[in-house]
Amino acid sequence: MIEAIGRRAVAAVEAVGRVGHFLMDTVRALPDVRTWAGPAIVQMRRIGVDSIPVTLFIAAFTGVVLALQASYTFTGTVPLYFVGTLVGKTMMLELGPVLAGLALAGRVGASMAAELGTLKVTEQVDALETLAYDPQSYLVVPRVFAGTVMFPMIIAFAIATGIVTGWLTSLVLLDLSTPDFLKGLKLFYRFKDTWFGLFKSATFGATITLVGCIVGLSTRGGAEGVGKSTTRAVVYSAVLILLLDAFWAVVLL
Amino acid sequence: MIEFRDLHKAFGPKPVLAGLSLKIADAETLVIIGYSGTGKSVALKHIVGLLQPDAGDVIVDGQAVSTLERDDLTKLRQGIGYVFQFAALFDSMTVADNLALGLRRRRGLSDEEIDDRVREALALVDLSGTEQRLPAELSGGMRKRVGIARAIALQPRYILYDEPTTGLDPVTSAVIDRLMVRTREHLGVTGVVVTHDMRSAYTVGDRIAMLYEGRIRQVGTVAEIQETEDPVVRQFIEGRPE
Repeated sequence: MIEAIGRRAVAAVEAVGRVGHFLMDTVRALPDVRTWAGPAIVQMRRIGVDSIPVTLFIAAFTGVVLALQASYTFTGTVPLYFVGTLVGKTMMLELGPVLAGLALAGRVGASMAAELGTLKVTEQVDALETLAYDPQSYLVVPRVFAGTVMFPMIIAFAIATGIVTGWLTSLVLLDLSTPDFLKGLKLFYRFKDTWFGLFKSATFGATITLVGCIVGLSTRGGAEGVGKSTTRAVVYSAVLILLLDAFWAVVLL
Repeated sequence: MIEFRDLHKAFGPKPVLAGLSLKIADAETLVIIGYSGTGKSVALKHIVGLLQPDAGDVIVDGQAVSTLERDDLTKLRQGIGYVFQFAALFDSMTVADNLALGLRRRRGLSDEEIDDRVREALALVDLSGTEQRLPAELSGGMRKRVGIARAIALQPRYILYDEPTTGLDPVTSAVIDRLMVRTREHLGVTGVVVTHDMRSAYTVGDRIAMLYEGRIRQVGTVAEIQETEDPVVRQFIEGRPE
């Protein structure tokens, strides 16, 4: 048993070392803009534009539910215009970034791990290296850059969508007027609410893409290995998003 | 010249290469034969630095590959073409883009020159007109030929072939063999071919080396190997079960 624990501890330390090495290689590849700039534009479209429908769908229904739950909670105790406050604050600070992040961990992280895993097991990554390309410059940096840049943009749209659907719900179902909703929305608003949510989104984007790349490029075996990597990427990303969410709340709020 | 110098490599507890030493002279084609899983492809990957040795090294043009800095390794790789066992074509790119990718890495080549090189390389493997096709639209033999064309397009000093005829029918295998011979005659490149297809080995090789239990069991000309009295080599080349 002690031997098994020792083996696991050594494996864990090795894994941390590999991740550290991978991050160093990624940073080292950053100046090679000539290699990664072109692929980065392709990835920005894939990660950004193609993710908008699913993100907005989630945000729209979150806004509706938030408005209804706020009204249910406040009835008879808190003025109803606080619905605007709750919808705005919650979408900006928490639910916009986290729900979209978790959804995109599935969509972006899984597809990235599957794609890079397939490249790895079919020796296409080795082929790139023999053609004098650094996989870090050609495959990793464009994805991480695109994730870091595009996530705040997508999530900004998601936050706006959630607030709009919260407002529409308030108008149609809660008998709350537009001025009252806006009054609530502005009541405790601080600019920090905006940048905190978007900064958090950028870190989620970097995390999901890095995990997708690390897991994808360490794939072994054939189709089964690719399947395992895909699952691992989603699970690791989701866990890290929740940990990061708590970390930023402790550090920045 | 390529030289394996007392190369050792293990994966976990299992040693794969255990003191491999072998010299490959300029302009010759050396074929490495051996049972499946004896480390032939592993040896090949050390030449381009895709794997790091546990001990020993591969010396290419006087440079120890495992000690090269990244920029020097990149320069070395630009002089070596690598043909993968399953071609390893980039499946999201057209045939032309597969060939052009390595050339775009070379400074000083214009788009027209790259197009010319792609056309020439495809013509050499009898695949003119396939430029805009995707790898998924090609047969296994055609994919291997595109893999060879991708290596040829770089105009390398060395070409490494990893199991170039595995999985192909006899006629297509013969086409690939002829192509490897033609490549050497046209470009004068040094070739290292890893295979367990003896007909292919006899056709393309100047010399044949047998890898057995992590080191070279015998190396010699095609005639010497065909007449060997070493029981292990004889059994392998005759394909006898015992």
